[in-house]
Amino acid sequence: MHVTLNVWRQSSNKVDGHFETYEVADINEDMSFLELFDVLNERLLDKEQDPVAFDSDCREGICGMCSMMINGQAHGPETGTATCQLHMRKFNDGDVITVEPFRATSFPIIKDLAVDRSAFDRIVESGGFVDAPTGTAGDANLTLIPKAVADKAMDAAQCIGCGACVAACPNGAANLFTSAKLMHMNLLPQGQPQRFDRAINMVETMDAYFGSCTNHGECQAACPKEISIDFIALMNKDYAKAQLKNRATASQK
Amino acid sequence: MSKVSSPDLDAKIPQGSMAEKWDNHKFASKLVNPANKRKFEIIVVGTGLAGASAGATLAELGYKVKAYCFQDSPRRAHSIAAQGGINAAKNYKNDGDSVKRLFYDTVKGGDFRSREANVHRLAQESNNVIDQCVAQGVPFAREYGGLLDNRSFGGAQVSRTFYARGQTGQQLLLGAYQALAHQVALGNVEMFPRTEMLDIVTKDNRAVGIVTRDLVTGDIQSHSAHAVVLATGGYANAFYLSTNAMGSNVTATWRAHKKGAYMANPCYTQIHPTCIPASDDFQSKLTLMSESLRNDGRIWVPISKDETRAAADIPEDERDYYLERKYPAFGNLVPRDIASRNAKTVVDEGRGVGPLKNGVYLDFSDAINRLGQSVIEERYGNLFEMYERITGENPYEVPMRIYPALHYTMGGTWVDYNLMSTVDGLFVLGEANFSDHGANRLGASALMQGLADGYFVLPNTIGNYLAPLLGEKIVPTDAPEFVEAENAIHDQIDKLISIGGTRSPDDFHRELGKILWDNCGMERSKESLEKALEEIPKLRDEFYKDLRILGSDDEFNQTLEKAGRVADFLEFGELMVRDALHREESCGGHFRVESQTPEGEALRDDENFAYVAAWEYTGDLTKPKLHKEYLEFEEVHLAQRSYK
Repeated sequence: MHVTLNVWRQSSNKVDGHFETYEVADINEDMSFLELFDVLNERLLDKEQDPVAFDSDCREGICGMCSMMINGQAHGPETGTATCQLHMRKFNDGDVITVEPFRATSFPIIKDLAVDRSAFDRIVESGGFVDAPTGTAGDANLTLIPKAVADKAMDAAQCIGCGACVAACPNGAANLFTSAKLMHMNLLPQGQPQRFDRAINMVETMDAYFGSCTNHGECQAACPKEISIDFIALMNKDYAKAQLKNRATASQK
Repeated sequence: MSKVSSPDLDAKIPQGSMAEKWDNHKFASKLVNPANKRKFEIIVVGTGLAGASAGATLAELGYKVKAYCFQDSPRRAHSIAAQGGINAAKNYKNDGDSVKRLFYDTVKGGDFRSREANVHRLAQESNNVIDQCVAQGVPFAREYGGLLDNRSFGGAQVSRTFYARGQTGQQLLLGAYQALAHQVALGNVEMFPRTEMLDIVTKDNRAVGIVTRDLVTGDIQSHSAHAVVLATGGYANAFYLSTNAMGSNVTATWRAHKKGAYMANPCYTQIHPTCIPASDDFQSKLTLMSESLRNDGRIWVPISKDETRAAADIPEDERDYYLERKYPAFGNLVPRDIASRNAKTVVDEGRGVGPLKNGVYLDFSDAINRLGQSVIEERYGNLFEMYERITGENPYEVPMRIYPALHYTMGGTWVDYNLMSTVDGLFVLGEANFSDHGANRLGASALMQGLADGYFVLPNTIGNYLAPLLGEKIVPTDAPEFVEAENAIHDQIDKLISIGGTRSPDDFHRELGKILWDNCGMERSKESLEKALEEIPKLRDEFYKDLRILGSDDEFNQTLEKAGRVADFLEFGELMVRDALHREESCGGHFRVESQTPEGEALRDDENFAYVAAWEYTGDLTKPKLHKEYLEFEEVHLAQRSYK
């Protein structure tokens, strides 16, 4: 296969970036998209040209480190797939492919295709946890959790924190990421004592860093774990309830 | 047959019966008063299961923690990729499990090369780990009645494995990460993402800090503390192709080794039989698929090495179901190492399948005919989907192709019962240490060990080290020890950048990986290991003559990062081979062709090798000094492993 890549190059966030065009010949259709970049980088190094910086780690779709906009789509054209699991057989010989970093003001560029997503960590730090210090737990089977609840919480919890939702959103909103983490906790019995404070803290931290949600639904389409925007609705409900809920009566049904 | 261990290797195994040792030890250990804990600073390197759980727990206790990871967020450590599950001795299934049985299975599974007291403690703490994870909100799979579900895993006779779909590692890591994030928010943990540890700083053989490189700015910085904890994972990436993440590396433990931490049993590596074979030279990593697939898939290759037909066109009598033929009792369910070695044998004979003839078939057509496609879909649907995504082939229609790959390393830094290395104040947890899995790790035990070490073991043992240090100030980062270490790092980086050769770090890494895989992989012989010992130093010389790094050290430079890691693999790889050469027996994941039973099974030599081989760095890579910790088996009697 032969493809033409238009790749965003930017040596740091202090300088302007630009597209560079690279012809990449003799590639194998079984390569992953990131292996295409490995090959490109080996060839650039051979020519004494600076390799393209990009993030990746596990390369099996679970760590959430990889982050490329491919032809304008976060993680590229295949649904439910992170960039590392996208293979060249999904493209045609002779394709021109434009590759950019995840685009969002809240994700400043570090270099080329690598961005800083640490605002996600700030959201988790603000409330994305159950306060259960080590050593305090009762037996794991003391609390019965209906299977449907555990399954739904898991649907939310499987978010890999890659940021595709933010990159895909015209507003650069992080509502899908935030709601997935919030509802993972807020659906489970373990999360109930801190449910409303968690909703307020996480939503307000999210708002401090990211744009606002206007229900485009692009996030759901881009999510490599296909997490549903239903969680955004549940988050909004919890956030609204949290404004009024008397915390002292929270244990009453 | 008790032999005397090296005086440098005092394992500090507590007195008392096996079941009482851990309690006795906790009682005998010195404590740090709650109000005094905030006077101690602790560095934690690595934020996988072991590092994140230790960092969070130490901070909850009141210590001041600084945590470091090379990824952009602590949530991305490679623990996240573990699929199968986590073991615990809860006996929720009422099927005869107990702490004693989990302990026994783990010692036996480790082929009698682990330290009994550590393993027993692991089995004891396994139940607390599950309780802790559930309290944090880890969404483990549930039964309809709301109780936790368990399954049998990796051939265990009891159902003791807890799981969260095929993403157990992810959910456990997120639990630990969230606890760590909470402590970051409270100001008890200072987090340094995109920061790589490049050296340990010692003073009077005590760990007093680390030197790091900020991967974004290139700044070299010193960090001082009362104790240093390494939870930096395993070294499977020495082989280049493995199921580890791209960034997984041996740098932290190797550089600690050069500062005095002995490296134990580096030749104990584990190979997983059901991975997707490499598709070309630029393959960057291998993907593991759950070995549960072997429950219904039949493994075969063509009888003829000149076979060119598609799988479906090869008649039954021209197929070799070699596992069923050689091991009629267990067939396709023989243990991991047997399945792996036999796959290698047939591929080496030229009977491999696929375009590169580098795999064997795992065929579900009989199971689909017998049970119907819907049953197979229900059992393995997500795995089949993953396989198709990666290979472009539909395994319902054509057989899967599989081949073994490196995926875990049992060896690591030598630690005593307190998880402290031979450098005082340097603690090593999780896959990075050597202690719990002997020569072979059982399925679903890696997650258990990482979290037990981090949540429950270290927080209870580190106090004993710290208590006598009350009132001592940390060593200032402008002290000569730190300045010297920083200068050495600058020199090393300058040296790498100034080579100005023609080959990339990846190119050297691939070559090293091939040497190790061919000569120190699934099968090792005196001849192959000696060959590797000739080739590795030559490759290392070549590396320092012909490496090419562009750009500078004061920027985000991924080629430079990679080069530093490859430099360490090139040194570490030699030690691994030396260890494999010296261990003239087969045990667990270490198979020496000279030491096998007539049936081709691994043959241990307990008389001569029932010890931990801990290697001391002498400054000369060709002459590491061997220290032995003899293993005593009080509870589990030595027996030859048999699968017949």
